[in-house]
Amino acid sequence: MFGIFVRRFASALPIILIVSLMTFSLMHFIPGDPAAAMAGLSATPDMIIQLRHDLGLDEPFLTQLFTWYSGLLHGNLGRSILMGKPVMEVMLFRLPVTVALSAYALVITLVIGLVAGVFAALRHNSWVDQAAMVFSMLGISLPNFWLGLLMIIIFGVWLGWLPTGGYVAFSDDPVGWLRTSTMPAVSLALLQVGLLARITRSTMLEVLRQDYIRTARAKGLKWRVVVVKHALVNALIPITTVVGIIVSLSVSGSVVTESLFSIPGVGQLLTQGVLNRDYPLVQGGLLIVTTLLVFVNVLVDVSYALLDPRVRHENR
Amino acid sequence: MSLLEVRNLTTAFQTGRGEINAIEDVSFSVEPGEILGIVGESGSGKSVTALTIMGLLPRPPARVAQGSVWFDGQELTGLAETRMERIRGKGISMVFQEPMTSLNPVLSIGEQVMETVRAHERVGPAEQRRRAIEMLDRVGIPSAAKRMGDFPHQLSGGQRQRVMLAIGLACRPRLLIADEPTTALDVTIQAQVLDLMMDLRDELGMAIIIITHNMGVIAETADRVLVMYAGRIVEQAPVQTVFDAPAHPYTRGLLGCVPTLEQDTRRLLAIPGSLPEPGLRPEGCRFAPRCELAIEACRAGLPPLESLAAGHDVACIRA
Ligand SMILES: Nc1ncnc2c1ncn2[C@@H]1O[C@H](COP(=O)(O)OP(=O)(O)OP(=O)(O)O)[C@@H](O)[C@H]1O
Ligand SMILES: [Mg+2]
Repeated sequence: MFGIFVRRFASALPIILIVSLMTFSLMHFIPGDPAAAMAGLSATPDMIIQLRHDLGLDEPFLTQLFTWYSGLLHGNLGRSILMGKPVMEVMLFRLPVTVALSAYALVITLVIGLVAGVFAALRHNSWVDQAAMVFSMLGISLPNFWLGLLMIIIFGVWLGWLPTGGYVAFSDDPVGWLRTSTMPAVSLALLQVGLLARITRSTMLEVLRQDYIRTARAKGLKWRVVVVKHALVNALIPITTVVGIIVSLSVSGSVVTESLFSIPGVGQLLTQGVLNRDYPLVQGGLLIVTTLLVFVNVLVDVSYALLDPRVRHENR
Repeated sequence: MSLLEVRNLTTAFQTGRGEINAIEDVSFSVEPGEILGIVGESGSGKSVTALTIMGLLPRPPARVAQGSVWFDGQELTGLAETRMERIRGKGISMVFQEPMTSLNPVLSIGEQVMETVRAHERVGPAEQRRRAIEMLDRVGIPSAAKRMGDFPHQLSGGQRQRVMLAIGLACRPRLLIADEPTTALDVTIQAQVLDLMMDLRDELGMAIIIITHNMGVIAETADRVLVMYAGRIVEQAPVQTVFDAPAHPYTRGLLGCVPTLEQDTRRLLAIPGSLPEPGLRPEGCRFAPRCELAIEACRAGLPPLESLAAGHDVACIRA
C-alpha cells in the first residue's frame, strides 16, 4: 500500500517540475518590475538599478533559473521581496488558514454532494431528482464570489449574524473560527457540491442497474443495506477521482474567496505576490501548493482505488 | 396445497410504443420437492415470469397487470416491500443467469453468503461463519474455510455460480428459482452444477424451478415441463410426456434441435422464423406464422390452454 503510494507520487513529480517551470517563465516574461515596486515612487533610476542587482534580477534568465533550482535542492526557496522573510516561513504561516478553509469546504461538499446525489438517483426522474439537479447546475454556473457577496449582504449586513470578513484561527477560538469561516467555506463549496452531486447521481444510477444489486435484493437484504453497502461502496470507486479534483478546485477557489472575505490565507498571499511581481514568493508558494495538491490527489486516488479488491491484488 | 401457485399472471412494461405484455395469462403451480422446468426461446418471458414472482422487476416500467402469485398461502404481488424482503432468500431464492456479474466485486464471497444468513436469522457472527463455510463446502468450493476471504474476481465462472448457489441456499429456502444457472458454464461444469442442484433438492426437500432454453437440461433434471412462447404458456406436461408425446408444434420444434447438454441452442434452428417482438405479435395463435400445421382458424383467435390428458395441457387447436 505504502509502496504504491510512493510509486504513484514519484510518477507525478514531472508535473511539479513542469508547473514550476511555467510559473518561473510566466513571472519573468510578463511586464512589471519588482525593484521599481519595492523602491517606491521617489526612487531614482540608479537606486532601482542597484536594487535589481541586489536581488539578482539583472542576471540572464537561465542563470536565475539555475540559481533558483539549485537553491531548491538545498531546501531554500529564497526570500519574499515583499515581506523580506524566507518564502518557506511566510508560506508555513499562511498555509494552515487555507488548509482549514478547504477542509471545511470539503466536509460540506462531501456531506451535501453525496447525500443529494444518492437521493436524486434513488428518486430518479422525480421532483427530488429534478430539484437537486437544478440546484447543482446553479452551483456549477454561479460564480462563487457572487454567492459570497450575497451571503455577506444577507447574513453579515442585514441580519448581522456573522462577521462580514476577517479570520480567527481554530486553535485560538474554535467558535470564532466557525463564525468567520462558514460563509467563505459555503461559497467555496458551491461549485463542488454541484459537481459531486451530479457525479454521485450518475454513478449511483449506473451501479443500481448492475446484476449484483439484483442479487443483493434477491437475498432479502433491506433496501437501505442494498443502497449503502452494495451500491454506494461500489459507486465510491469512480466518485473518488473527483474528490482529488475537488480539493484542487477548493484551493484555486480560495484565491477569490480569501480576498472577498479578507482571510489571510495562501490565496490572498499569492494574489499580492503576483500584483507586486514578488517572483520568489509566487514561485516558491506555487511550488508548495502544487506539491501539496499532487500529494493529496495521489493519496485520495490510491486509498480509494484500494476499495476495489481487483486493484488491491494487482498491486500487491 | 401447492407450494407456489401462479394464476393468470400478466406483467406489462411501459415502453416508448405504449404498454406491452411481456407475459400474459400465465398459470402454473409447483409442488413441494418438485423440479419444474420452464423452456422457451430467448425473449419468450421466462425471466420476466421468475422476476415477477420474486417482486424484483423495476416498477415502473414493470407492472403486474393481472393475476396473482400465491406462495405458501400468501399472495405476493400486492405484498409490501418489507414483507417481501423476508420472503426473498428465505422462502424463495433465485440464482441468476450471469455468474460473472451477479456477485458484488468489492465484498468477499464469505461475506456475501454470511449476509444472507444475517438478513433472515438471529445468529451470532461465529454461527454465520460456520453456516457460510458449510454451504460453500456443500456446493463444492474446495477448502471453503480458506476461500471465505476471496473476492469474486479470484474465482472461475463455475466457482462463482457455485457461490451464487451457496447464497441462494444459505437459508434453506422452500423454493429455488434457477434462471439458466448453467448457460455461461462449460459442459463438464454444467453437468456438475446440475447434479449438485438435484442432490440438494433431495437433501433439503426444496422445490426448484429451472429455467432454460436447453431441452437437454430439461431431460436431465425436470419432473414437469412448462413451454413458453411469446409470453404465453403453450404446453404443460410431465417430462416423459413432453419427450414421448409432445402435443404443440412448437414443443416438437424444440425437440427437433437435438437435446444434448453440449449444444448451445439459444437459436433454435429447427424452427424457421423467429419469435415476434412483444409489440408485433400476430392476431390469433402467436406461433401460427412459423407453424407448418397452421390453418385459417389458427389466425382467428388465441387458442386457450386446454387439458389434453391428466396433467397435460396444450394451447393448440390442431393438437
Ligand atoms: N425492462 C424491460 N422493458 C421492456 N421490455 C422488457 C423488459 N424486460 C423484458 N422485457 C420484454 O419481455 C420479454 C421477455 O423477456 P425475458 O427476459 O423474460 O425473456 P427470456 O425468456 O428470459 O429470454 P432469455 O432466454 O434471453 O433469458 C422480452 O420480449 C422483452 O422485450
Ligand atoms: Mg432470461
